[in-house]
Amino acid sequence: MTLKPVPSAPRPALLRDYTPQSGVADELFDAEGRMRPVWAPFITHLAGLKPEEVAQRFARGDQYLRDAGVYFRQYSTGPAQEREWPLSHVPVLLAEQEWTEICAGLTQRAELLEQVMADLYGPGHLVRDGHLPAELVARNPQWLRPLVGVVPRSGNFLHHLAFEIGRSPDGSWFVLGDRAQAPSGSGFALENRMATQRVFSDPFPRANLRRLAGFFRAFREAMDDLAGPGRGMAILTPGPNNDTYYEHTYIARYLGMTLLEGEDLIVQNGQAMVRTVNGLKPLGLLWRRIDSEFADPLELNETSHIGTPGLLEALRQGNLSLINALGSGVLEARAMMAFLPKISEVLLGEKLALPNIATWWCGQPLERAYVRENAARMMIGEAMDSALPFAVDANTALGGAFRGEGRGSIRDWLARDGARLVGQEAVTLSTTPAYEKGRLVPRPMTIRVFAARSESGWTFMPGGYARIGKSEDVTALAMQAGGSVSDVWIMAPKPVPPESLVGQNSFERAAPGILPARAADNLYWLGRYMERTEGAIRMLRAYHLRLAESGSAKEPRLLELADYMAGLGLTLDRPVPDALLGLISAARGTASKIRDRFSPDGWGALNDMAKTAGKLAAKVVAGDDAALAMSILLRKISGFTGLVHENMYHFAGWRFLALGRAQERADGLLLLLSALADPHAEPGALEIAIEVGDSVMTHQRRYRFGPSRETVLDLLVLDESNPRAVLYQISEMRRHLRRLPQASTGGRLTPLERALLTLDTDLRVAGPSDLDTDTLLELRARLGEVFDLLAATYLR
Amino acid sequence: MLYDIKLVIDYSYHSASDHVRNVLRLLPSDGPNQRVLSRMLTIAPAPDERRDSVDFFGNDMTSIAWHEPIDQITLRLRAKAERLPLRKAPDTSPDLEDLAAEIDDVQDLGPLSPQHFLPPSPLITPNADMIAYAREYLAEGQTCLALVKTLGHALYKDMKYDAEATDVNTPIAEAFENRHGVCQDFAQIMIACLRSLGVPSGYVSGFLRTYPPEGQPRLEGVDAMHAWVSAWCGEELGWVEYDPTNGQFAGEDYITVAHGRDYSDVAPVKGAIRTAGGQDSHQAVDVIPLG
Repeated sequence: MTLKPVPSAPRPALLRDYTPQSGVADELFDAEGRMRPVWAPFITHLAGLKPEEVAQRFARGDQYLRDAGVYFRQYSTGPAQEREWPLSHVPVLLAEQEWTEICAGLTQRAELLEQVMADLYGPGHLVRDGHLPAELVARNPQWLRPLVGVVPRSGNFLHHLAFEIGRSPDGSWFVLGDRAQAPSGSGFALENRMATQRVFSDPFPRANLRRLAGFFRAFREAMDDLAGPGRGMAILTPGPNNDTYYEHTYIARYLGMTLLEGEDLIVQNGQAMVRTVNGLKPLGLLWRRIDSEFADPLELNETSHIGTPGLLEALRQGNLSLINALGSGVLEARAMMAFLPKISEVLLGEKLALPNIATWWCGQPLERAYVRENAARMMIGEAMDSALPFAVDANTALGGAFRGEGRGSIRDWLARDGARLVGQEAVTLSTTPAYEKGRLVPRPMTIRVFAARSESGWTFMPGGYARIGKSEDVTALAMQAGGSVSDVWIMAPKPVPPESLVGQNSFERAAPGILPARAADNLYWLGRYMERTEGAIRMLRAYHLRLAESGSAKEPRLLELADYMAGLGLTLDRPVPDALLGLISAARGTASKIRDRFSPDGWGALNDMAKTAGKLAAKVVAGDDAALAMSILLRKISGFTGLVHENMYHFAGWRFLALGRAQERADGLLLLLSALADPHAEPGALEIAIEVGDSVMTHQRRYRFGPSRETVLDLLVLDESNPRAVLYQISEMRRHLRRLPQASTGGRLTPLERALLTLDTDLRVAGPSDLDTDTLLELRARLGEVFDLLAATYLR
Repeated sequence: MLYDIKLVIDYSYHSASDHVRNVLRLLPSDGPNQRVLSRMLTIAPAPDERRDSVDFFGNDMTSIAWHEPIDQITLRLRAKAERLPLRKAPDTSPDLEDLAAEIDDVQDLGPLSPQHFLPPSPLITPNADMIAYAREYLAEGQTCLALVKTLGHALYKDMKYDAEATDVNTPIAEAFENRHGVCQDFAQIMIACLRSLGVPSGYVSGFLRTYPPEGQPRLEGVDAMHAWVSAWCGEELGWVEYDPTNGQFAGEDYITVAHGRDYSDVAPVKGAIRTAGGQDSHQAVDVIPLG
């Protein structure tokens, strides 16, 4: 089927306000005002939907993004905010033929960048032969001197690139910026696609759409090769505070790769190793999402806390591949674009197939003069900055005027700081449809094109990511400036067969990935914090119920309970104490570090609990009201633990979570009983202990009388069948440990197993009367030793 | 002058630290003004890894690591080195305008290229105060060498040496505002000032022979490592070394260990430890003239 232009069809109401500005190209209409054929079926489809239907479908896409938990971090002067992903629901459509030409041009550019990189970190001919000013390179903070002379193991410096491209008024494409450091966005492109597919779920408009999965399959295969046999590969993230951390977790899950932080790695004898619960495991490849200078505090930026000391040693000794080689950020500086066109002719013997934005480095007298004379139609900004030309800030001059206040004259600025500055032609971008208030409006856009080096050369992700301006002003394109993002559809001339990440008939199970010691540590502590939170909520509920009963906080057992809670740091400063909110936030903070390891639903439940607790804290009054609030929070917390324990696959990671929970529960109970089951405790204390131990019903059923000290200790310490009892927790811990790596096989017990077995045995042969307060505290100390052994074996 | 140099650096950690890894720049090597006759760096406890290499700027670099937890380290350097006296050469350095042109002629990024030493570096970005201070010493027709001497001497006069006032992490802006500090501050401030005027300049670490007060014996181990400035005074004169802490050109009393853009390029010991507690360190240096 070939698509025919629809020149004179009456415009649907959807397009009544769609008037591209003159002097700019438009994606939907060509220069003659005819709709581009590639759009016609899509527009017909969209025009056939009622506005309510459109709203419903858009909501479906947004719902998908919310459920998946897609967010980015908005930088601001205050603390960084997580923001929902700003999807513009209407994709940008391009014909495959045009796309193929773009990719051919970018293949040439990728090759050029590779050669420039190899020269800057190798022989340095470009500088010596006068094609690149020495000062420009020497000034570039991303040109990392310790890397000069380090040849990548694979022979190639660059493996993953992104290019920001735009369409000029004459309809041709040009490059606005190169991303070679650690390009972000390929994961968001996948999410754009998932969400947009839910909006336009009908098969017809999408039949000819090129799929994204093939790109990732090729990239993943290339990474397998780079890692080499017997060595692992992983994604290296700066951590949860990074603006695109969500994407790191998403890509890690999608590609089945381990997500690591710098401290998960150590370098030994020139080999990068992952610290796992099963000891050190060699690593062959890191797809780094951290900027080069932070990768190794010993030889690069000393202040980095997210790097790995000795990483450069591993690179020098040729034992580790990186995507991309360290120092690749040097290619991103705006000023490089002033020289790339010429360098292309020198190195490749050909002109750039796709020009880049006209750029002049003001460190040269002629260029500086040119920029000065033409400031009115330029962006003037930092030469070493990698920001795109439309991302202007207070330190940028646009159209001959500063964006910020009180900056003096541009002329003086150029004279004084020339070497620090570039001029770039002010951009004019094409417009593409965005949906606003029931109709389509033209908005400026750029496309981000992702490339990966595969066995057969550079391969490109077909579409997936465009930035859409908030208004007609191109400076409103940046997401931080309120711009949004849309999918890009590359439309083949005929229907495209479906494709997925895995090969067609593959049902092979992936090996359960490695578990870094840090992740295990966080999971273990998440288990503990959640349990500690639950214990605190139960104590608070018991307190407020009795307060409601007696009406006085001065009552002895209330005083005793309040005193006990204060000893735990749970000071009753208000009905929902700050300390409880602190516990919840500690749990959430721990969970945020390992978000790649549990489902978005689990994360949602945890957030929900934190939000609810905050709201309740603001309004609840002591007594019944607070007791009720605690019951609500108990249900919320069970929601989370239920999701985790019912749905999380029983990999080693889950076992650490369960170990943390069991240990905290046993620890909490022993401490509680040492106070409330003490012979000198206030009357009524035993009832509180049973209630906090969540065993009221069981107690009623198992003992005819009571409660007495003996019945309480029997039920909460020694009863193997009570999932709340200490002995039960010990058995649980032993059960989990047997399934973990480094467990003993037959023969001798490990010190950890021995410690738990002795505890277990001692509890089994003990009777309630053996358990005086000192014994309870001694048991607790022995449990603390179990933790030390556990931590030494697995968690560091 | 021939010297016998002894250096001992001790580190102790409050709790044993695992995966300790260090990069050392402690070994002096042959240079335009010095010859190293012998040198030996011993490390205790013996590290599990040790690799010697040469860094970007041509300094000797020793990478060491321990695989088992350790709670103390001792580094011992013993070297015999000869420092050649300063050449008495006429001042053929250009004025600042010609210097800029000469810098521009060096289209090369080899280790000694002045191009590395003009832009801001990790620890040195001149601020407005330093720029204003430096400008006061500009004079019509002044040669680059004369400027280095005038500015270096001015800092020597204006800044107070105070071993307690700053530490290795004190920003130069703070040290300059208070006009006090140690050799590291003196050197880095002078570098900032020179760069702001367009003179490429770098940081040199090494040893300085000290003279006991008249009539008293030389005490052992009371010295520390020293730092001074290297400034590029044009194609012909090349790199010239000045010590603002002592207000003199670096001559026969100085033995170079490493040079770079600022302290971060040449730090004698860089280390990464994983320990909960703090650490203590102690350094003792002897520079014994052998004649």
